[in-house]
Amino acid sequence: MKSGGLRLYAILYLAFLYAPILLLPLFAFNDGTIIAFPLKGFTTEWFGQMIANQTLRRAFTNSLTIALTAALLATCLGIFAARASTRFNFPGKTPAMGLIMLPLVLPEIIVAMSLLVVLLAVGIPLSIFTVILGHTLICMPYAIAILSTAFSSLDKSLEEAAYDLGETKWSAFRLVILPLVMPGIVSSLLMSFTISLDEFIIAFFLAGNEPTLPTYIFSQLRFPKSVPVMMALGTVLVVLSVLLLTVAEYFRRRGVARTGQKDHGGFL
Amino acid sequence: MNDTTKALTPDPANPPKPATRSSKAASRYAELQAAKPMIECRDVHKYYGDYHALRGIDLTIREGEFFSLLGPSGCGKTTLLRTIAGFEDISSGVVLIDGGDMADVPANKRPTNMVFQSYAIFPHLSVAENVAFGLRRDPRPKAEKAAAVEEALKMVGLTGYGTRAAHALSGGQRQRVALARALILKPKVLLLDEPLSALDRKMREQMQVELIKLQRQVGITFVLVTHDQEEALVMSDRIAVMFEGGIAQLDEAETLYSRPVSRRVADFIGVMNFLPATVLGEEAENIRVDVEGLGEIDIPRAQIAGKDDDDPIMIGFRPEAVNVFPEGQPQTAPRQNGGTIDEVVYYGDMTYYDVRLDEEDGTRSEPVRISMRNVFGRDIPCVGERVTVGWSPSSMILFR
Repeated sequence: MKSGGLRLYAILYLAFLYAPILLLPLFAFNDGTIIAFPLKGFTTEWFGQMIANQTLRRAFTNSLTIALTAALLATCLGIFAARASTRFNFPGKTPAMGLIMLPLVLPEIIVAMSLLVVLLAVGIPLSIFTVILGHTLICMPYAIAILSTAFSSLDKSLEEAAYDLGETKWSAFRLVILPLVMPGIVSSLLMSFTISLDEFIIAFFLAGNEPTLPTYIFSQLRFPKSVPVMMALGTVLVVLSVLLLTVAEYFRRRGVARTGQKDHGGFL
Repeated sequence: MNDTTKALTPDPANPPKPATRSSKAASRYAELQAAKPMIECRDVHKYYGDYHALRGIDLTIREGEFFSLLGPSGCGKTTLLRTIAGFEDISSGVVLIDGGDMADVPANKRPTNMVFQSYAIFPHLSVAENVAFGLRRDPRPKAEKAAAVEEALKMVGLTGYGTRAAHALSGGQRQRVALARALILKPKVLLLDEPLSALDRKMREQMQVELIKLQRQVGITFVLVTHDQEEALVMSDRIAVMFEGGIAQLDEAETLYSRPVSRRVADFIGVMNFLPATVLGEEAENIRVDVEGLGEIDIPRAQIAGKDDDDPIMIGFRPEAVNVFPEGQPQTAPRQNGGTIDEVVYYGDMTYYDVRLDEEDGTRSEPVRISMRNVFGRDIPCVGERVTVGWSPSSMILFR
């Protein structure tokens, strides 16, 4: 077969990407504390321990709060910035947009360190609030990149038409622009949410004593006894991620189809 | 083949003169002249930074008029339309709509509605929701509004399309939705920004006729922006030709075509032939000129137009104002010159002949373009054939 080599390469590549993730549920249901083959037997004990673990529950709610808030903040701010940059020309636009996009290429450890120094200097106590600030900062470039595409694909005269038909500038935006960029907003929320949820460095630096999921998981991997629980947690996270992506993609595609826009491709 | 003679006839007994308006059209024009002013622009200037986009626009558009702003891209016609709509502030001057100063009236409060070049149909709404969009703030009960939407759709020939998704419509249908959406608000002025430029030729010609009918039916003042001179001639009561932010000529379609005030306008509206001329003498009624290829002509003073400073003095005439006949064929045109056919361009209903006129010194002029209607079943003379060109001084314009 002509493409035999390439096909093998593709299969190995995908296996390398996803086989480790498949190990998570395997060991999450394995009746043994050692992560090694052969498997011993089926158990749901680790899930029970996971639910009973108070610190873990706290880390989970913390992460959820942080991710939701950061996603909302980054997307809202992103809407302002993306609209301003696609619709208007103003002095200093290019440098301003460049600075907003900079965290995309800035090493996160630098961002985390400098934020920590500033927060300590100003005297703001470390909490999930400071993590939210940090996460909003690093989510913004992604949100703006997605939203700018959504805004710039809109015909400027749509808004003018609504205004011309008697609406105010705000209601024209709400009635015409917002529904049309909604798929972009959903994408941006989702992207920011997932970035924030698994972010480690900033959370590690800025969370103070509050655990988030990544920092908690990292701290627990030192104890062999708790590794199966982490496997269970990982399994839950994988399932939730797949569900979330599926739902979001469904709404995005529906939005795109309903308005007859060109599908620029989402995440799935 | 003695039939070639007739192939080249319009009746030579009638020397061509500019087409004149029928009495019906004339009465419409008289009516419009008596109507009250709907839009008045007084010395309107618009600057974008250093760029002077509108340079002192003065015009009055009357109630019920179909008015066109015609010009090449970048001439300011769209800017002018957008200042009337309220999308652009003016730098100085006054814009009045129905007698009211529009200086502090934003676009959403003006008695104007616009049909956009891209139609700007809201893609997330149905056809009926699009048409009803402007009625959101209308206090009438729902049923009455729905009836108004139905009526508007009927007016543009889209009965039964209300529930369709707007984004699934064809170009022509979108155009109609945009019209219905604007007209349902019964504006005093409908502004149309190159509304037909995205349609194919057949659809465009059909929509031109429909737009005229619609305008007569609703009686609303229409202001059309277009770069297509044919479209402007077909549809408008009056046309303002714009160059570089100023109005070069404002006239009825027929006057604009037959009596352009400058070479630039003549060049922009249709095809015009130009031949270099020398002024020989000025008389009370006429100016006597010597024209290369045509000889000496007395041009009535009414047929004199202006020119740009660096242009030479020229005689201009339209392709259809002149006839060509095979050489030696008797004809009654008051003036006749010899020539040779240089090129034949066949258009089905018409044929364009590029003819080089014989000069007195034995050379030949630059080709002039002459158009003749084809008569069914008869021959068209070919390249290189000797012809006689028949014309009348009444169809010549002197640019000086």
